[in-house]
Amino acid sequence: MSASAGERTAPAARPEPPAAEPRVVPLRTAVRALLRKELGLELRAPQAVPAMALFSVTTLVVFHFAIQRGQVGGDLAAGVLWVTLLFAAMLGISRLFVADHEEGGLDGFLLAPTDRTALLVAKAVSLFAFLAALEVIAVPAFALLLLGPSPGLGAYAQLAALLTLADAGIALVGTLVGAIAVQTRARDLLVPLIALPLLIPVVIAAAKGTTPLVLEAGARGVDVRWLLVLGLYDLMFGLLAYALFDYLIED
Amino acid sequence: MTLVLAQATTDALPDNVGYVAAAYLVFFALVLVYVVIMASKLARFERELAELNDLADERRGGLAGAREREPEEAGTR
Amino acid sequence: MLYGTRLRALSIATLITMTAAFGLAFFYAPMDADQGFMQKIFYVHVPMAMVALGGFVFGGIMAIQHLRTGDPKHDLRSYVAIHLSLILGVGVLVTGAIWAKASWGHWWVWDEPTLVSFLIVFLLYATYQPMRFSIEDRERQARYASVFAIVAGAFVPLNFLAVRLAQAYTHPRVFATADGGLPAKMQLAFLVSLAGMALLYVTLWRYEMASKHTSAQLRALRRKLSGDDAVTPVGRTAAPSLPTT
Repeated sequence: MSASAGERTAPAARPEPPAAEPRVVPLRTAVRALLRKELGLELRAPQAVPAMALFSVTTLVVFHFAIQRGQVGGDLAAGVLWVTLLFAAMLGISRLFVADHEEGGLDGFLLAPTDRTALLVAKAVSLFAFLAALEVIAVPAFALLLLGPSPGLGAYAQLAALLTLADAGIALVGTLVGAIAVQTRARDLLVPLIALPLLIPVVIAAAKGTTPLVLEAGARGVDVRWLLVLGLYDLMFGLLAYALFDYLIED
Repeated sequence: MTLVLAQATTDALPDNVGYVAAAYLVFFALVLVYVVIMASKLARFERELAELNDLADERRGGLAGAREREPEEAGTR
Repeated sequence: MLYGTRLRALSIATLITMTAAFGLAFFYAPMDADQGFMQKIFYVHVPMAMVALGGFVFGGIMAIQHLRTGDPKHDLRSYVAIHLSLILGVGVLVTGAIWAKASWGHWWVWDEPTLVSFLIVFLLYATYQPMRFSIEDRERQARYASVFAIVAGAFVPLNFLAVRLAQAYTHPRVFATADGGLPAKMQLAFLVSLAGMALLYVTLWRYEMASKHTSAQLRALRRKLSGDDAVTPVGRTAAPSLPTT
């Protein structure tokens, strides 16, 4: 009796290989890996950031001739700066998914056992980084070439806050629009057409926010209201992107 | 002449009639353009349906002919 | 679902409501103290704007349904809704310009945040069809269009908030009385106009849905009668097509 019982239990006692579990790569690891690829690519063969930076400086020169002024201040200065940054951003957005689309990186990612949101985060963060790098060059260029008044360090710090929030918005919208545009046949045309109206609230808040910082009479503090608007915009588009990005990436 | 006109605007027609009329006309024009487009689509549907009806008739005619022939074949077999 | 069934009743309802609306607007509602007769444009301009925006949001809701269920009929509904709202949008901008010219002498003013916001929304939705057209794969086209419709639909209120914040003034002085509220008679005329415009939208939407549906059925019928070769393949198009079984 016990022998048969022992025999019956023996097979169960033998260690069985665990059932094959799909190894899901955790989000942070995936994002980190993707980011490393994105930023690594750009560092190794810089294309987007130099182009955007050069474009912004050229735009400033064009502005000088177009508005026929040597120096600007106040709302005009804020406008010139933000238009320049916005249009340079369009270049970055257009290029965001091109490499993945053309060279199969997108398909490769789809096969990976990870949440699709990882790509959204990685792309948005890398676009944000590109924009930040762009601004490191464009803002001093603007101050040098066209800005009349010399805002103090405090004003620049507040400008940095505005830039951060605005860049986050542009990065989120840019990732969505870039993902849409890369599948179309007219991607260079569609990116500005779709992205610019979507970004107008950012322009409104950023320009209005920047104006007191670059006043001829002396910099005043930025109105917190505009920072809140930008924050709300970023939150909303963050949620939208999180909810919808998967649908753009699937086969 | 101007006096008559001034009289007319204050008594008969309110001012800015032109603008108001234009605005409402734009609205009606939009709706009518839609009607025109719908009309042409409807005409196309009518034509196509007539074609398909003829097609169906031919088919039925062919089928009826086939059915007539079958009993003959059955008879000869 | 058949879209043509209630069309006659809807059309009659629309006709009655719109006639009543314009009758009320011109014969019942009092003359505006500030703007005079040209304020009457309000009864066609603002309802069109509200219904157009409602249509955009409805398009967004249908898009959500489409992404959730994958059923292409929701994509078609979304497409027609946005298409119609765009047409109404043209009317809004033109009547708005006429009103601006009558009120302030310029064909366009930046002072009216609602009109400016509407322009931005219009510019955004104007890219809907070109975007659809440039994606060849039909399923992907529908999916991307739905994402667009949802983002744009969510964008509408955000945009209005932002533009309003940017402006000092409030929208058209529709308020004639000193207390700042719309007098009751004007309110009634406005509400009836709004109802009429909404009915018009629904009617036209059903017309277009019925038309597209009929078109698809005709194709299916032709295919059944003549075989697959008789039906010319649908070329590249922005419009969604119903699956022909």
